[in-house]
Amino acid sequence: MAVLELTNISKHFGAIQAVNDVSLSIEPGQVVGLMGDNGAGKSTLVKMIAGNFRPSHGTMRMDDKELILHKPVEARQHGIEIVHQDLALCNNLTAAANVYLGRELRRGVGPFRILDYAAMYKRAGQIFAELKSETRPRDLVKQMSGGQRQAVAIARTMLSQAKIVLMDEPTAAISVRQVAEVLNLIRHLRDQGIAVVLISHRMPDVFDVADRVIVMRRGRKVADKAIASSSPEEVTGLITGAIEQVA
Amino acid sequence: MAVTLDQTIAQKQHTFLSRLFSSQTFWVVIAVILACIFLSFATDAFATSKNLYNITRNITFVAIVALGMTFVIITGGIDLSVGSVLCLCSMVLAVTMHAGYSIEIGILATIATALVIGAFNGILIAYLGFPPFVVTLGMLSIARSLAMVASNNTVVFQFGPDHNKLLALGGGAWLFGIANPVLYMIILALITGFILRWTKFGRHIFAIGGNEHAATLTGVPVRQIKVAVYMISALSAGIAGIIETGWLGAVTTNLGNGMELQVIAATVIGGANLAGGVGTAFGAIVGAALIEVIRNSLGLLGINAFWQGTFIGGAILLAVLFDRIRNFRRSD
Repeated sequence: MAVLELTNISKHFGAIQAVNDVSLSIEPGQVVGLMGDNGAGKSTLVKMIAGNFRPSHGTMRMDDKELILHKPVEARQHGIEIVHQDLALCNNLTAAANVYLGRELRRGVGPFRILDYAAMYKRAGQIFAELKSETRPRDLVKQMSGGQRQAVAIARTMLSQAKIVLMDEPTAAISVRQVAEVLNLIRHLRDQGIAVVLISHRMPDVFDVADRVIVMRRGRKVADKAIASSSPEEVTGLITGAIEQVA
Repeated sequence: MAVTLDQTIAQKQHTFLSRLFSSQTFWVVIAVILACIFLSFATDAFATSKNLYNITRNITFVAIVALGMTFVIITGGIDLSVGSVLCLCSMVLAVTMHAGYSIEIGILATIATALVIGAFNGILIAYLGFPPFVVTLGMLSIARSLAMVASNNTVVFQFGPDHNKLLALGGGAWLFGIANPVLYMIILALITGFILRWTKFGRHIFAIGGNEHAATLTGVPVRQIKVAVYMISALSAGIAGIIETGWLGAVTTNLGNGMELQVIAATVIGGANLAGGVGTAFGAIVGAALIEVIRNSLGLLGINAFWQGTFIGGAILLAVLFDRIRNFRRSD
């Protein structure tokens, strides 16, 4: 059963048709590469799933129930987590503080509740261990490598029972070795049955880690097929428009 | 022996000592202690109980306001209005009590005034997107002018039926001969330190200063918190105003003139970063202490008072210089 199903979704801003009649479904434990040129509608599509925008037309269903999101917090409550392109990290805080930002653990009663540092360090450490990332919960994010920063941002999505993780360009602007680290993080999410939507410009990454690729061009979905039956050449053709559409 | 992943994750990179030595506050404490030791030997007047009583009490007014300012500066903002707000709050207290109301009502009116001003600053900054510098610069002018309006620009030195209570509140020494203002400062510093380190609110203040956009994306109530920090800043100015009124026994409309700069200097010397994200309660106190020790020592050493500004300015630059040197090393 699909964890998320989009049916005939469209979004227009005034006269601009950003997303046009897109339908797709995402299965649990599946990595879907979402590709397309700048302005193809990927971001708009993702922002609708993340609760930033409401679709102009069409419906979203999650676990066979209709999903209506008014703001990002509601998406999070439904188990939709986003790793932002800029990672949304505070450099002056520790890794654990960043993981728990906005949902800090506290102990005590009533108004006398204090931050539970020990529990947050412990749980953050467990998540980093699960992610097989050498990230120390007590270190400041300021001193971390690109890969570790990704691990911190991804660890956030694992605090609650996430069903879908949307990742916006996680491999842009980091070193080759760190890219490998991030792709491993994505595989770990997948192995836990979490669906991952990977928005990326980088063909090798998508072909390395994704099970399926969806290509968008000028607001329309022009391809949706298993990675195994596609090729980088075909996807490039679809992105640029050299190939009109494939089934 | 191979190091496992779990060991790496559990490792603490910074020991207590390494953290201590890398903190600007620590070095400022050392500077204050060294200066005190030097002055005890160089002059006869420094290490007398009367002088120490004076120094500790003089520190408090700047220090209490600096505690409130620390919240604002950690979020990456600034509050230039504190000196004027202190004056207005003192004047509200003086005028209310002079009119025959009790000290309780006077203090309530003062606190209410401070909170309203702080909320006004905060709402303009957080909800309407005004730059903090501009809003609080405007309030600097407004609050002092309102203080003049409230008192018709006269000196108020009679505080009605509770006159003596007010003077005892600010001028007394109820515990072990420590001046009352110093006790208030210590209590407020402990509260500030607790909020910054142990509460969700404190954590969010640091997050806003570190990366406001990230704080918003992760669901931190950025706007409400910003309003709250400007209210805290104004409140601290109000509290300092009440205490200073009790200590001085008179209020003039130039009270707290230029104080905002001393307060900001104290927080910066104590290790707060004007770019946001860094600051401590202890640092604010230590910064205020260093400024006061410099001022006091120049007087005792017989150096012309005109040099004061140069030395305090030098201390600001020196304190920040240490921070820059540490950062240069890190970026290498």
